[in-house]
Amino acid sequence: MTETGAGRDNKGQAWAARLSRNRWLLGASVLAVLAVYFFAGVSVYVLVLALAALAAAAMLPTDAGRQPADAGAAIEASGLQRLSGEYLAAAVADPLIIFDHSATIVHANAAAFAAFGGLAPGMSLSLKFRAPEMQALLDGILSGQVAADAVDYTEKLPVERTYRVSASTVGHATGLYVLVFKDQSETRRIDRMRADFIANASHELRTPLASIAGFIETLRGPARNDAAARDQFLQIMQNQTGRMARLIDDLLSLSRWEMKPYLGPGTEVDLRQTIDSVIDSLGPLAGENGVIIEREFANGPLVVPGDRDELFQVFENLLENACKYGQSGGRVTVSIAGSEDGQQPGFDVTIRDYGPGIAEEHIPRITERFYRVDVESSRTQKGTGLGLSIVKHILTRHNARLSIKSEVGKGAAFTVHLPAR
Amino acid sequence: MQSVHIVSAYDEELKYLSKRIAAMGGHAERMVEQAVAALVNVDHGLAQKVIQDDLVLDEGQREIDDKAIIIIARRQPMATDLREIVGAIRISADIERVGDLGKNVAKRVASVDGRQPNSLFRGIEALANLALTQLKEVLDVYASRSVERIGLVRDRDDQIDAMYTSLFRELLTYMMEDPRNITPCTHLLFCAKNIERIGDHATNIAETIYYIVTGEQMPADRPKGDKTDKIVLPGTVPAK
Repeated sequence: MTETGAGRDNKGQAWAARLSRNRWLLGASVLAVLAVYFFAGVSVYVLVLALAALAAAAMLPTDAGRQPADAGAAIEASGLQRLSGEYLAAAVADPLIIFDHSATIVHANAAAFAAFGGLAPGMSLSLKFRAPEMQALLDGILSGQVAADAVDYTEKLPVERTYRVSASTVGHATGLYVLVFKDQSETRRIDRMRADFIANASHELRTPLASIAGFIETLRGPARNDAAARDQFLQIMQNQTGRMARLIDDLLSLSRWEMKPYLGPGTEVDLRQTIDSVIDSLGPLAGENGVIIEREFANGPLVVPGDRDELFQVFENLLENACKYGQSGGRVTVSIAGSEDGQQPGFDVTIRDYGPGIAEEHIPRITERFYRVDVESSRTQKGTGLGLSIVKHILTRHNARLSIKSEVGKGAAFTVHLPAR
Repeated sequence: MQSVHIVSAYDEELKYLSKRIAAMGGHAERMVEQAVAALVNVDHGLAQKVIQDDLVLDEGQREIDDKAIIIIARRQPMATDLREIVGAIRISADIERVGDLGKNVAKRVASVDGRQPNSLFRGIEALANLALTQLKEVLDVYASRSVERIGLVRDRDDQIDAMYTSLFRELLTYMMEDPRNITPCTHLLFCAKNIERIGDHATNIAETIYYIVTGEQMPADRPKGDKTDKIVLPGTVPAK
């Protein structure tokens, strides 16, 4: 009972406080109502009603009075007042963008710059994030209909990324809003990998499987007691299982590159050293195929931002192709040169063979999965049809480009343009 | 991005135009993406959705036209503002065409049964990825006004043309192999053509943006890499 009594006391004080806070406004309103009563000649009931309504309105709790006092106490207690919003945004690992009522970017943290190229304060968010669901999210928040909302947003190009984007207002009446992007690509990647694997693998694995099944049948039946044929068939079966294993390896690494989001910042790769070790590792293969590898490296430092293991795989795949398919040329040239491309200074790594070359109509398409210029030669060279797809995906992640020049009968040149920082 | 006008409502109107353009662009990107997904996965439901979505773009274009005309009449714009408004009219027309082309691809899903070789669909998907990347880059440039990136956009047009030429040849080969392929392959050929046209519209938009920002027309050395006019497969050379 005493507690409710105290509560009532508090309430009474609060009302009194509100009345005194609003005294000037209240006085002016009462005067206005009285003036209307005297001069307009409305009924006395209206006067009483209007005055009662005024008093009630004055006693309503107001946000303006109460909020800063409470929030201020909390901030002082934890020393948050001196904390800059910029520092707080920088401490968030996910991309975070602060924007104002006209959807103009006020601040974006480092993660946002890394994830979305071409952001700048002063730019309009609705121009950058054009997907219908993002537009709806921004419109909803800015119109004030909802205080916080979230949607799933997928960027398909250049690398597929999926985010759970949540938007909310910042504080009270600051006129600022915030977007936070939670990267869900990893989860999506696992789903996709499964679907992709089934789609690609079932098709590509069927051929070797059918051949193995056929040979097993022959071995158990007609060739049961034929030692020579048995050896030969077992050899073929071994080749086929080897092919299946390579295919699975390549599919897995392709899925990994395809869906891995943007490149981690900060790491650098020494092209000279990386390419030297690629050439060393492919020495035996080149020797087997009777191919001589020539080097033409530019002088000076050859360093680009990137991931060494990934770029190693790029040059390994390209050089391996050159040694295999350009075998008849007898030599392969690997050159590194400063890029003359005016738009993006960087380095061009060219791997050139002098083999049969690639016909013009195949060039735009050889980076597609399982696209083979010549199915027969790809099979004999133990190709999986995925090597160049992997190259292309890694280069996309590096913001690099692959250009292919070839003339039938004169060999082929694969050039990787790597931008310097 | 823009200098401030004394009448702030004028700024608001210009901002509204570019916001609508961006929204239309996002919508068109989504339509093309879904149309190609519908084609590759033979998804009739998704195709129907794309066909209906085109209405939004038609309406968007009309709204931008109306708004732009009203601004011209009311504010008598000069220099950058005038280019901005005329540019908005042109870009919205290009985006509307992109939507139409996407819709046309979606319409053809019903005529393609998905029994054609996988490599064809992969080819069309790759072509669409190139065209969509181009469209995305162009619309990003519209947002950031960094016209120095436009050169890259034009370069990509070459790749699209080369890819289209290669697909053209492959489709002809399939048609010659088996006359039963002619119907679906013709539809796929039109799909590929439509996607290639989307790339052209992206290039148009890039040129308009260049004009808006710099006030000069882009140099006219636009590459023409479409060589399909010369493709004749062996055995089909007309008898003299």
